[in-house]
Amino acid sequence: MTMRGAAAIVGFSEIPTRRTYEGRTALGLMAEASRDAMADAGIRKEEIDGLVVEGGSFYPAPIGEYMGLNPNFVTGVSTMGASGATATSVAAMAIYSGLATTVLVTLSEARTAGSPWGSPASPGLRTEFEDPYGPAVAANTGYGLMYSRHMHEYGTTQEQLANIAVNQRFNSLENENAVFRGQPLEIDDVLNSRYINYPIRLLESVMPCAGGGAIILTSAERAKSLKNKPVYILGAGIACDPLSGWQRERLTRSVVTRSAPIALGMAGYGPSDIQFAQFYDCYTILHAVCLEDAGLVPKGEIGPFFASTDTTYKGEFPINTDGGQLSCGQPGDAGGFRHVMEATRQIMGRAGVRQVERNDLCLVNG
Amino acid sequence: MTTEYTKPVPIPGGLHGTTLGDFTKPFWEATKRHELVIQRCRQHDGFFFYPRELCPVCLSDDLEWAPVSGRGRVHAFTIVYQPNDPRFNEEAPYVYAVIQLDEGARMISNVIDIEPHDVQVDMPVVAVYEDITPEWTLVKFKPA
Repeated sequence: MTMRGAAAIVGFSEIPTRRTYEGRTALGLMAEASRDAMADAGIRKEEIDGLVVEGGSFYPAPIGEYMGLNPNFVTGVSTMGASGATATSVAAMAIYSGLATTVLVTLSEARTAGSPWGSPASPGLRTEFEDPYGPAVAANTGYGLMYSRHMHEYGTTQEQLANIAVNQRFNSLENENAVFRGQPLEIDDVLNSRYINYPIRLLESVMPCAGGGAIILTSAERAKSLKNKPVYILGAGIACDPLSGWQRERLTRSVVTRSAPIALGMAGYGPSDIQFAQFYDCYTILHAVCLEDAGLVPKGEIGPFFASTDTTYKGEFPINTDGGQLSCGQPGDAGGFRHVMEATRQIMGRAGVRQVERNDLCLVNG
Repeated sequence: MTTEYTKPVPIPGGLHGTTLGDFTKPFWEATKRHELVIQRCRQHDGFFFYPRELCPVCLSDDLEWAPVSGRGRVHAFTIVYQPNDPRFNEEAPYVYAVIQLDEGARMISNVIDIEPHDVQVDMPVVAVYEDITPEWTLVKFKPA
């Protein structure tokens, strides 16, 4: 027995991603998104009996308290940028298990101007064996290592991967929620942008932003009587590997090698059945590796794939149809949640100008 | 060598700040002698790094600090133009690398004495030692 099809997303709301939300708090943004997601679903606040949030920075109780919820099942997930997709999976699990019938998932980041993404202050592995050698800013270091290794093992080029940033920018041009809306991008713009850390250039990296969102999940039975087209969770897989990328046996392999087969196996579909994809994209290289590891592109062939495939919403295989984090901006650990929200929007048929035609089956990687 | 070292020195705290401050002393005492000494698991007869109280392969606590050759290869690298810590700004761009030691363990270090963009994955390197303060000596790597 699995939770296949037991739960559905029945409503959502996204806080537009902006550089900052001055004067706003993370809790305030979550409450706003949650109110609007409930309205979108046609669900009353009193019906929410489950709450799943990002647990690395927040406890569930104060978030429930802030918006006057009295849920039964609560938990925080702490998988960094993967928290949005993990939280969605856990909400579906809670419904399937009977611990809750209608679950609110909400995440946000209320960034203040000028704040970078910090590093842990307590002494440890990093302060002893990494910091004296000068890691690059934010999370760039590990992905720079992954990038150089992928180039070495598979002949992947920076020009090939620049297509990821370019195609996603096209997708974001008319997305009001995107920081880079209305700002087209060419391959040369990417290749001429400055290095943050070779091989990663500025336009292959996300921009730190504020934003967030909320979704409502309920049982497949309850979903049938609600106004929105239900977005059923057919499968989910969660996997974890060492935080220190250099401790992974293969630097060019991600945990998606383990999570995707679990999700696809539960759903009863293979990679070739997938119609469009929303995949994590803090940097072009991680996005590329995850697409390979999900089996959507053969291992090592992601470079030629992006050089020859239209992955915009108009193309043969649409990916990150809203522009992804690379063009919308990344609101901290709420950033990967956008891939859940955009998949929901597309499957509900509410993506407007960027609506994809084949919108029944999406693989989301957070 | 210098009293003017302005970049971060190692701050031991054990794994994620949860263990003993002295735990990694044998490693740092060795670098001061310009030697590379890392942990070896006697049970599965293999080296590992970073230091741990139990072997990450077989969870044995039958461990010893043992010398290694200081020879290895660049497993992966990145050239840092925008450091996380502004105290490195003056030095940028520089090479931050994963070094795969010939004995099998991996460590983070810098590759020096070479133009950053001339560094290649898999190139052989050898350990060199930088006495950054009277208390601390870092191990770095240069082309072999």
